[in-house]
Amino acid sequence: MKKSSTPVRDPAGKTRAPSGGADRASDAAGPVAPAWRVRTDPTPLLPDERPFRVLGTRAEAAADPALLLRLYAELVRGRRFNTQATALTRQGRLAVYPSSTGQEACEVAAAAVLAERDWLFPSYRDSLAVVARGVDPVEALTLLRGDRHTGYDPYRHRVAPLSTPLATQLPHAVGLAHAARLKGDDVVALALVGDGGTSEGDFHEAMNFAAVWQAPVVFLVQNNGFAISVPLSKQSAAPTLAHKAVGYGMPGRLVDGNDVAAVHTVLTEAVDRARGGGGPTLVEAVTYRVEAHTNADDATRYRDDDEVAAWRAYDPVRLLEGALRGRGLLDDDEVARVARDAEEMAARLRERMNAEPVLDPMDLFGQVYAERTSQLEEQAARLRAELDAAAGAPGQEEAR
Amino acid sequence: MTTLATGPAARAAKPATMAQALQRALRDAMAEDPSVHVLGEDVGTLGGVFRVTDGLAAEFGDDRCTDTPLAEAGILGTAVGMAMYGLRPVVEMQFDAFAYPSFEQLVSHVAKMRNRTGGAMPMPLTVRIPYGGGIGGVEHHSDSSEAYYMATPGLHVVTPATVEDAYGLLRASIASDDPVVFLEPKRLYWSKSPWSPEAPAAVEPVGRAVVRRPGSSATLITYGPSLPVCLEAAEAARAEGWDLEVVDLRSLVPFDDETVVRSVRRTGRAVVVHESTGFGGPGGEIAARVTERCFHHLEAPVLRVAGFDIPYPPPMQERHHLPGVDRVLDAVARLQWEAEN
Ligand SMILES: Cc1ncc(C[n+]2csc(CCOP(=O)(O)OP(=O)(O)O)c2C)c(N)n1
Repeated sequence: MKKSSTPVRDPAGKTRAPSGGADRASDAAGPVAPAWRVRTDPTPLLPDERPFRVLGTRAEAAADPALLLRLYAELVRGRRFNTQATALTRQGRLAVYPSSTGQEACEVAAAAVLAERDWLFPSYRDSLAVVARGVDPVEALTLLRGDRHTGYDPYRHRVAPLSTPLATQLPHAVGLAHAARLKGDDVVALALVGDGGTSEGDFHEAMNFAAVWQAPVVFLVQNNGFAISVPLSKQSAAPTLAHKAVGYGMPGRLVDGNDVAAVHTVLTEAVDRARGGGGPTLVEAVTYRVEAHTNADDATRYRDDDEVAAWRAYDPVRLLEGALRGRGLLDDDEVARVARDAEEMAARLRERMNAEPVLDPMDLFGQVYAERTSQLEEQAARLRAELDAAAGAPGQEEAR
Repeated sequence: MTTLATGPAARAAKPATMAQALQRALRDAMAEDPSVHVLGEDVGTLGGVFRVTDGLAAEFGDDRCTDTPLAEAGILGTAVGMAMYGLRPVVEMQFDAFAYPSFEQLVSHVAKMRNRTGGAMPMPLTVRIPYGGGIGGVEHHSDSSEAYYMATPGLHVVTPATVEDAYGLLRASIASDDPVVFLEPKRLYWSKSPWSPEAPAAVEPVGRAVVRRPGSSATLITYGPSLPVCLEAAEAARAEGWDLEVVDLRSLVPFDDETVVRSVRRTGRAVVVHESTGFGGPGGEIAARVTERCFHHLEAPVLRVAGFDIPYPPPMQERHHLPGVDRVLDAVARLQWEAEN
């Protein structure tokens, strides 16, 4: 390795702006402009100037009470799921848990708007959406518990594996939706991504493919203010993340991510549009991550308690509860009943997560290829011998 | 071999972690040379998820230690441009598997720029990547990606295993006029040893291996996260009558044939130990080089102890995958080649 102080040649001195010519456009006698291939679609940039809301607005009266009550129960369960999972990290039952407390409205709505045949493409923070879609909670948590990468069968509930690398699931959603349409199936894919994830190249490529192919896909950005420690202002200079849709040629919608009725409405429109052949939509839900990034993160390093407190007060569960009570659709008895249900769900989850998972180390070789290679056969035999030896001489493994 | 500092400075040494030594190396490099810039995800306010960049933004400002948008290709691609304009970027990739989006920039541009411009455009940049398993991370947080980087001509690939080396090798990497992939064994981040930041011990330059434990009956060739495993195995092997020499490579590219060959010619037997997969992994290259240069001195084939050839397993299963002391000792026992055949 050469260490020297060879200065890189003065780069500034070498750059020279190309000598500018006359402004040809204004030169009437100049050459005629060729047939430009420029699309000038007159569609307005974005329909929403501010995040779209339903609760507390005139639109609320039109919302279906039965749907709102169902969403309320889901929100309460979702919140309880988050607090339970977080508690399980403290007991060492989960290796890590990225809480979606404060974001339950997005998670619940994402699952609720999909038909059974549709697909959900979750990101690592979206266990709640996966559970709300019907996946067994314990199976949804195996990634975070550490016993399996994906504990559920993706085909059974049409839920792709939780994606840890950010935004990489988005092109998959586009491809799946495209394939379904090629086969003549009216399947829609809904993909979840964070505000930080919108900076990745994969986000751009997915959006572009989706728009060019008019794929039946909906992108839901949960803008919760931070990518670990990095605030939105350092992530994007766009007026809103929904504006990004404009450049790709697809509709962008901005919605209040704590108003579950609003998220449900906007996503339903987007899913219907996709299913009807109208192509993709980008929805930005503005919300907040009230807990730390994960249980391992120290959020006080990068944000104020005041900001967190303000968002805690603007809580998606209380927002809906207040609206429902105001309309006489919810009383103390019903609130208590829903809370009891959620408590039972949490107790079952706790109990099942407390059971030590039964793992077979030989599973390491089980699903690397459809058929095991001879090298893997050899390695599996070696591990089997090690395990047998350890079983024969208990304590020996620990002793080393 | 490492020259350890003696005298007052050494006496002043207090236990420091590898993460602290890395942080200090960045700080000292930035203080000495205004062209050194740190960039990456969460490196500013948070100080990095492993706190290696802690305090740098406060001391040197956001322009010198920059929280970037979340985009690895963008981070490394802009670092290429910064290097073109005379800066020395030090890029942090948050975890091994999250460096993959930047692979195009690394392979097509970082590694080749000097060559394709006939030397006119060097790439004095450092890419720091926490790598390896053993910390109970979920998938994509434990990859051993060194073989990909080793297979790319134009890159230096460096990996410290001690607190002194963490400091010394990072300083040397930042000072290098060539691009360095600086692999940080994340399970050693919190390992402590006495170290004096005021008078850091001198270390061998990049490209030199060191003998961490002299021995006569076989050589363990290793690096990064597997060094402590090999040292422990060497202790355990004493009971069986083996006197094992342990060589810490420190740098995979360039490769120090000299130190390795000198050791193996003396001991006559060698085992390469790493947690990366065995098939197509670094051990194959190392074993081939040793065999080419030491064939007539070898009493047994050069063996490899590596991770299995599987995607990195979930945390509850990783102990079965990672080569531990037992597997190293088992290989050492198999070095009784001539007796068996
Ligand atoms: C490609 C990639 N780079 C880096 C990371 C490490 N990482 C995990 S979560 C995270 C922040 C994600 O922020 P955002 O997309 O806003 O989602 P949120 O966590 O807020 O839900 C980062 C940088 C990753 N998982 N994948």
